[in-house]
Amino acid sequence: MAVQSPTASAVRGTGRTRERADRRGRPRFAHWIFAGPAAVLFVVFFAYPLGASFYQSFTSTENGRTAWVGLDQYARMFQDPSFLDSMVNTGIILIVQVPLMIALALILAVLLNQSWLRFRGTWRTVYFLPAVTTLVAYAVVFQVLLKTDGGLVNQIAGALGLSPVDWLNDPTWARTSLIGSMTWRWAGYNAVILLAGLQSIGREQHEAAALDGAGTVTTYTKVIFPQLRPVLLFCVITSTIGTLQLFDENYTLTRGGPDDATLTPVLYLYKVGFQQMDFGYAAAIAWVVVAVIAVISFLQFRFFGRERER
Amino acid sequence: MSTPTETTRRGHRGRIAPVRLGRWLIRLGLLLGGVLSLIPFLWMAIAATHRTGDLFHSPPPLLPGGELLHNLERLQDSVGFGRVMLNSLGVAVVHTFLSSLLSAMCGYGLAKFRFRGRGVLLGVVLGTMMIPLQVLLVPLFQMMASLGWVNTYQAVIIPFLANSFGILLMRQGFLDFPDELLESARIDGSGELRTFYRVVLPCVRPQLGALVIFTFMTQWNSFIWPLLMLNTEDKYTVPIALNTLTGLSHVDYSGLMLGSLLATLPLLLVFLLFQRQFVAGLLGGALKG
Repeated sequence: MAVQSPTASAVRGTGRTRERADRRGRPRFAHWIFAGPAAVLFVVFFAYPLGASFYQSFTSTENGRTAWVGLDQYARMFQDPSFLDSMVNTGIILIVQVPLMIALALILAVLLNQSWLRFRGTWRTVYFLPAVTTLVAYAVVFQVLLKTDGGLVNQIAGALGLSPVDWLNDPTWARTSLIGSMTWRWAGYNAVILLAGLQSIGREQHEAAALDGAGTVTTYTKVIFPQLRPVLLFCVITSTIGTLQLFDENYTLTRGGPDDATLTPVLYLYKVGFQQMDFGYAAAIAWVVVAVIAVISFLQFRFFGRERER
Repeated sequence: MSTPTETTRRGHRGRIAPVRLGRWLIRLGLLLGGVLSLIPFLWMAIAATHRTGDLFHSPPPLLPGGELLHNLERLQDSVGFGRVMLNSLGVAVVHTFLSSLLSAMCGYGLAKFRFRGRGVLLGVVLGTMMIPLQVLLVPLFQMMASLGWVNTYQAVIIPFLANSFGILLMRQGFLDFPDELLESARIDGSGELRTFYRVVLPCVRPQLGALVIFTFMTQWNSFIWPLLMLNTEDKYTVPIALNTLTGLSHVDYSGLMLGSLLATLPLLLVFLLFQRQFVAGLLGGALKG
């Protein structure tokens, strides 16, 4: 893009004597001083491993020999009960946890946006705090809270006359615990994002809707939420991607057990790749995760983004 | 004269009462939710000051006990937690510094220069945001192994220095920077790097602050990659050490809770001090796109 023109060199002549410069007087390669280091890092630590992983997903390594196996690794997944379990678990979390959490976050955001509520900043901080815990630390805390014998949650349940629950060792309850702890950590986080979205919608909109005779509920469903759509979409997509990539929480809380009830594709690929050293298969699983993320994000984008023009 | 006002007032009150009740119910709901939000923190703090055996007795301890120092001692003996905290701090600080600097530089390059390959680079930056890190794990692991970098901090830090979120956030900040100012700095004979450091960077302090805080917190939490890279206790970062403690056959729960508390405290501190910047960083992706 550095087009040399006579006027440019004249200007340059009066200023500094720099060998190569474009017409604005900046050195020709200055942009690479700034963008270069990151670009090199992207090539070495992103583009190369990305290509390598794609290639690997078509290979199999046995006894130190790597052979091309075509689509075998991908075909393997459909007969692998652990992989199928991990997909089902992810589906359950997606269907239950994401809507539950987004709904909670939306309610919280609306409540925290009420002008009559005092100490709104404090409330926001209180609800946001769970998002500030170290991922592993919060999983550890829930492990202790949910301990079957004498864990705080079971003690409270006992005080209320309920029988103790085997939170982390029963498949259904283990999923419930995972969903509960994820909701605890991320609901406030999403609420803060949605709250900022609500605040960018002016007060006038509420007043205008009220003047037109709309009640509070109608104002929100007909006027406010449609405008919140892009922010909601952001929350839904990032939460979906987070769920599809779930690892830290279930690895720490349950190691994927009991009986693979909380196994997720990423935890499974970690086990396959780094405990069984089956690199080709792990790479194939990773690419299936990428494909699923791409498809679901695209669908959500279409589905949620569609009505914006109306 | 006073009758109409009275009737309107009464009518007003009649409408207000349910609204008031509703507001109090909302306050009550918020309070309950807030308690649920905070209980794990409180329990973490209380449990860190009791013996493991006392945590699971009925009734559970509700006030701080006197075992904090003993727990700290055991935590230090089991994984050398003091060292672990310093490791985490060191890795997070170095990573945050380098990564933020790189993001600022690359964001500036993309915002203020037009050059061949700019579109491609921008595409790559956007693309990395969509590709989950897990795809890269196996080849990166093999790469680190062949470089002999396994169990070193450069392996933890370097591969993830180029941060696309940061680059886009900074680029957004630089886009508004007036070109005329750059021109006049160049006419004054200021070098490109000097201009960047002295003139441009101070103007994007809010975005830079948000990025620094966000990067620090992300790196402090970072789990799967350090878990793969670091395999001796003296190199562990906080999440890896906590994970090791949960995997022991005889889990020291109060030590673990103290460890979790110590792991969370720096984040809480950073968050409470820089809440505004933190939320700004969070929203960088949501509102500006």
